[in-house]
Amino acid sequence: MTLTRLFTTAALALGLASTAMAQDKTKVGFIYVGPIGDGGWTYEHDKGRLAVEAEFGDAVETVYQESVPEGADAERAITQMALQGADLIFTTSFGFMEPTLAVAEKFPNVKFEHATGYKTAPNVSTYSARFYEGRAVQGHIAGKMTKSNIIGYIASYPIPEVIRGINSAYIHAKKANPDVEFKIIWAYTWFDPAKEADAAQALIEQGADVILQHTDSTAPQAAAEKAGNVVTFGQASDMAEYAPFPRVSSIIDDWAPYYIARTRAVIDGTWETTETWDGIGPGMVAIGEITDAVPADVKAEALAMKDAMARGEYHPFTGPLNKQDGSVWLTEGEVADDGTLLGMDFYVEGLTGQIPN
Amino acid sequence: MLRLEKRPQPSRLWTFATPPLAVLITMIAGGALFAALGKDPAEAIATIFWQPLFGEFSFYYRPQLLIKAAPLILIAIGLSLGFRAGIWNIGAEGQYIMGALAGAGVALALYPLESRIVFPLMVLAGALGGWAWAMIPAMLKLRFGTNEILVSLMLVYVAEQLLAAMALGPMRNPDGRGFPGSRNLRQYESAHNGELIPGTGMHWGVAAALIAVILAYVLLSRHSLGFHIRLAGQAPRAARFAGVRPGRLVVFCLGTAGALAGLAGMFEVAGPAGQVSIDFNVGYGFTAIIVAFLGRLHPVGIALAGLLMALTYIGGEMAQSTMGLPAAAIQLFQGMLLFFLLAVDLLTNFRLRVRLREAA
Repeated sequence: MTLTRLFTTAALALGLASTAMAQDKTKVGFIYVGPIGDGGWTYEHDKGRLAVEAEFGDAVETVYQESVPEGADAERAITQMALQGADLIFTTSFGFMEPTLAVAEKFPNVKFEHATGYKTAPNVSTYSARFYEGRAVQGHIAGKMTKSNIIGYIASYPIPEVIRGINSAYIHAKKANPDVEFKIIWAYTWFDPAKEADAAQALIEQGADVILQHTDSTAPQAAAEKAGNVVTFGQASDMAEYAPFPRVSSIIDDWAPYYIARTRAVIDGTWETTETWDGIGPGMVAIGEITDAVPADVKAEALAMKDAMARGEYHPFTGPLNKQDGSVWLTEGEVADDGTLLGMDFYVEGLTGQIPN
Repeated sequence: MLRLEKRPQPSRLWTFATPPLAVLITMIAGGALFAALGKDPAEAIATIFWQPLFGEFSFYYRPQLLIKAAPLILIAIGLSLGFRAGIWNIGAEGQYIMGALAGAGVALALYPLESRIVFPLMVLAGALGGWAWAMIPAMLKLRFGTNEILVSLMLVYVAEQLLAAMALGPMRNPDGRGFPGSRNLRQYESAHNGELIPGTGMHWGVAAALIAVILAYVLLSRHSLGFHIRLAGQAPRAARFAGVRPGRLVVFCLGTAGALAGLAGMFEVAGPAGQVSIDFNVGYGFTAIIVAFLGRLHPVGIALAGLLMALTYIGGEMAQSTMGLPAAAIQLFQGMLLFFLLAVDLLTNFRLRVRLREAA
């Protein structure tokens, strides 16, 4: 018997079993790239999982596996969940894309949801948040708060999502303060407190007095707190334990409504392949409390920008905008299309340095 | 009063008995840990050691054991030769990466050519890549007397940076919308290191690991080079009198370890992993050091140790997802294994004596 047939049999058996049990329990699995206690990315996904449990109570059972390496091990972890009868599996990191698709092919009856990727299948949806909207608010505050006019940025991997964040933050910092300069360090990790602390330290030594991060731990917050006069923002999670200073605000990923909606779709049998990309409006991205360390007028401007984005009146990538090489990207009043944003591989004009490749 | 007394010779009995004893103590201490976390210890231990082998879904996990153990065994066999001779290659992780890059590089350069020659070329490139990376510490040691532990370890970080650069640059999938990572080699027929017999997990890497075990066994027990390796480790001065040339030994041991690690990387990137990505390496090169010692630097022992290690990984993952055990607890559990092995190792070289207090 081939493995594929074994799988089909197993999946069928499970499929039958789960239809038999469908009335009482739906099993929802989560694959995490970091530990649930990272205080950032994975922590928020796990809050989403707990929200699903709270919403459906006994009708749903959730399982999760944390710190799953991206690559061959991920495929086994996902397969394991499917074998154990999960009806819906969320894989919550970009690096899980190929493994998710590979497993999805073997388990046609199980629904999969992959975060931040771009490949779908009949039983694989993708979802992501428009974090760059939060970055715009953050950039504005950062531009107003810096005294040295140097803003440090701890970037993770040079993928479109991260580059979008840098561009959005830079555009709005520059608008708030024309003298601002960005120093970017690529950490090549999503979660490594030691590396992140080193990066923060290096940026502070280079004169940065505001640090933005696209990595998941609170280590940069701790480094800034130690330095005393450096402003930070919570990333992925509120990181409120560092408020009111150095953390003056945050970008929060709120996955709970999406996870609840998708779980309900599976229970109701209305689940379909979708590509979701939501921002501040639908509530997938939230701005954490802006503390009193920020002057009242700056806070008011930031909140006004947030509200304008929520109402769809303002898009962070609105022309005129040039690319780093000076060529025109968006003309006056033109708004970036999603296709370009999803594949963004260039800096906007004014940013120095190169995207590593 | 307990007293330690040095044995005249290492005990043969304890040499074989300590690894299972260490596993047993790990189970007990690990069980206590799981109990402290509020989980049923018996169930957790059973999930880790029993479920993957004989549980409901063992048809899936048994092949996975081979897939997970193969690179560990392949690398550990290479390392054990050097360790026996007192040559400490700690950088197998880097050699593993370089083998994968070389192998994948050949495949990506030839894409989309479908030919029987692609895979053998990749194997060759993989072995060469790992070998060449290991030759750096070897040559530096011979020329300048540098310490191979430091040089080989440092080169791991260089290799990791190179891997990231490749995944983002030259090897990036041109159809990947700018995202890092190469083409998926599993979708490239000629380069895919697939299962040799469907449903068994047997891929070329598993076959290579088996062959390596047999060759290493023959080398160590039947060949004069194997004798030299053992001699150099046990009695360096005597080895010199016996005509062992230390330089050649360094080149041979580091080279073999590098080539085997490179092969492991190449089989992994062409099969289970499928693509060159920034996080391609997950620490096989370091875990293999534990496997080598757990297996007593003996080829057959290493094969068993590799399978045991794979079992704790896969069983540990199951315990995580079915019982909600934290990942850190599983890592702690694996760490205990080495810790207790080293601790009970004492019994091989020392005897415990219970003595009543004597008059002074």
